[in-house]
Amino acid sequence: MRSIYLDHAATTPVREEVIEAMVKVLRENYGNPSSIHQFGRPSRKLIEEAREKVAKAINADPREIIFVGSGTEADNLAILGSARANKKKGNHLITTSVEHHAVLDAFKALEKEGFEVTYLPVDGEGRISVADFKNALRDNTILVSVMHANNEVGTIMPVEEIGAICREKKILFHVDAVQAVGKIPVDVTQINCDFLALSGHKIYGPKGIGVLYMRRGVRTQPLYHGGGQERKLRPGTENVPNIVGLGVAIELAVAEMETESPRLAKLRDKLIDGVLSTIPETRLNGPREGRLPHNANISIVYVEGEALLLTCDMKGMSCSSGSACTSGSLDPSHVLMAMGLSHTIAHGSLRLSLGHSTTEDDIDYIIRELKPIADRLRAMSPVWENFQKGLPIA
Amino acid sequence: MYTDKVLDHFTNPRNVGEIEDASGVGEVGNMKCGDIMKMYLKINDESNVIEDVTFKTFGCGAAIATSSMSTEMIKGKSIDEALSLTNKAIADALDGLPPVKMHCSVLAEEALKAALLDYQKKSGKNLGLNDDDFEDWDAE
Repeated sequence: MRSIYLDHAATTPVREEVIEAMVKVLRENYGNPSSIHQFGRPSRKLIEEAREKVAKAINADPREIIFVGSGTEADNLAILGSARANKKKGNHLITTSVEHHAVLDAFKALEKEGFEVTYLPVDGEGRISVADFKNALRDNTILVSVMHANNEVGTIMPVEEIGAICREKKILFHVDAVQAVGKIPVDVTQINCDFLALSGHKIYGPKGIGVLYMRRGVRTQPLYHGGGQERKLRPGTENVPNIVGLGVAIELAVAEMETESPRLAKLRDKLIDGVLSTIPETRLNGPREGRLPHNANISIVYVEGEALLLTCDMKGMSCSSGSACTSGSLDPSHVLMAMGLSHTIAHGSLRLSLGHSTTEDDIDYIIRELKPIADRLRAMSPVWENFQKGLPIA
Repeated sequence: MYTDKVLDHFTNPRNVGEIEDASGVGEVGNMKCGDIMKMYLKINDESNVIEDVTFKTFGCGAAIATSSMSTEMIKGKSIDEALSLTNKAIADALDGLPPVKMHCSVLAEEALKAALLDYQKKSGKNLGLNDDDFEDWDAE
């Protein structure tokens, strides 16, 4: 049976160049980077080389790069750390209603500490409006956090416009760019952000490594306390193999973006058009334009997402869904609900995220195989029956 | 996360469909949480035996598997036997469900009881079922 991985927005396979570099470090460079002897010095050098690669990839200065344990940790360090460090200046924070939980739940934690948070609404395509953002600003706003691109529906946010306003008003601006890096250009000087989070395992690097970009002169507080690593902002002996792996991964991702992203966008469009034209009562979630090149999020209405996902997996297509049963709660994805989708549409959502291994042949296979899967589940669905008889859905 | 039996009943569900002249039909669940089950019973009025049972379900793998298993467990059985079917028995017959999916087995039991209540109303027999028990079951 075929085995097609269509969940690159969840995580990516580690590429060969990364594995090779990491294995070499694991084998040869066990010295602690903080040791000044001949075993420690090469480890330090490897970290600083990786730091330069990351900095170059997002047009930052190497001194602005902090290695952390994950994208989630980068988000938490930026949000919790900077809000707490700047508490005296104000207690109002702004973010969006469609952020990843790494951001949303950090803000929820700050609410319990007495901060006030505005969660910006989104339109039907998952985009915030700059006008809404301006209206939400207060004299005591100290931090704004907007994702560069959404992980579920791929919507690209107007981060440069938000950044320009924040910079002018001297408000800290954090960008969760975990999904964007390596897919679309990410330039911290263009965005005018003070913080930016990225992750290794979304760009064919290892899991367990993330980066927080922190603009020079900006203040934050560490989440942990210990040694002086990463300018005391992330104490703990550096994960040298992962740092080296991330450096290799981001350098290659950015170098290949110019050819890989248009290739993926073409395949994505073929997939979307193919599914929407083959299966009735389907819809694209998120925008056509201004969307990550590898993300397709389609609702096959009147069937449930987990059942879809399971059947797809049996046919060799591994993807994800925003239905309640897969979100781990009683409600469908907060992103799809914030976009104003009905429960029926949100429950039938399927996220197919493409990557290096995806071929045109794979896309043809998916388009061919999805129809009978939808037909089979719809034949079982009382909701589909109601729809066809013109009765109320449920 | 799912047992082989759950996957088997999900992949090859038994007794899918509708019964046109059903003796009782029950529908439970709601679109908000994403599970709707509809069960059809064909009952022999004299022998009180469930001669045929079918279902249609909108829901996850566990919802479809518990629907399928429950129909298999009551087909050919008496009304009394069907009334004593518990959600736990359905889950056990599937070699268990993940804790977060236990509510699917509850829904399967409720769909059956709702169909039997409908039969009680249509046949005039007293099965000991009350409308009140079903208050929360309406689709939203």
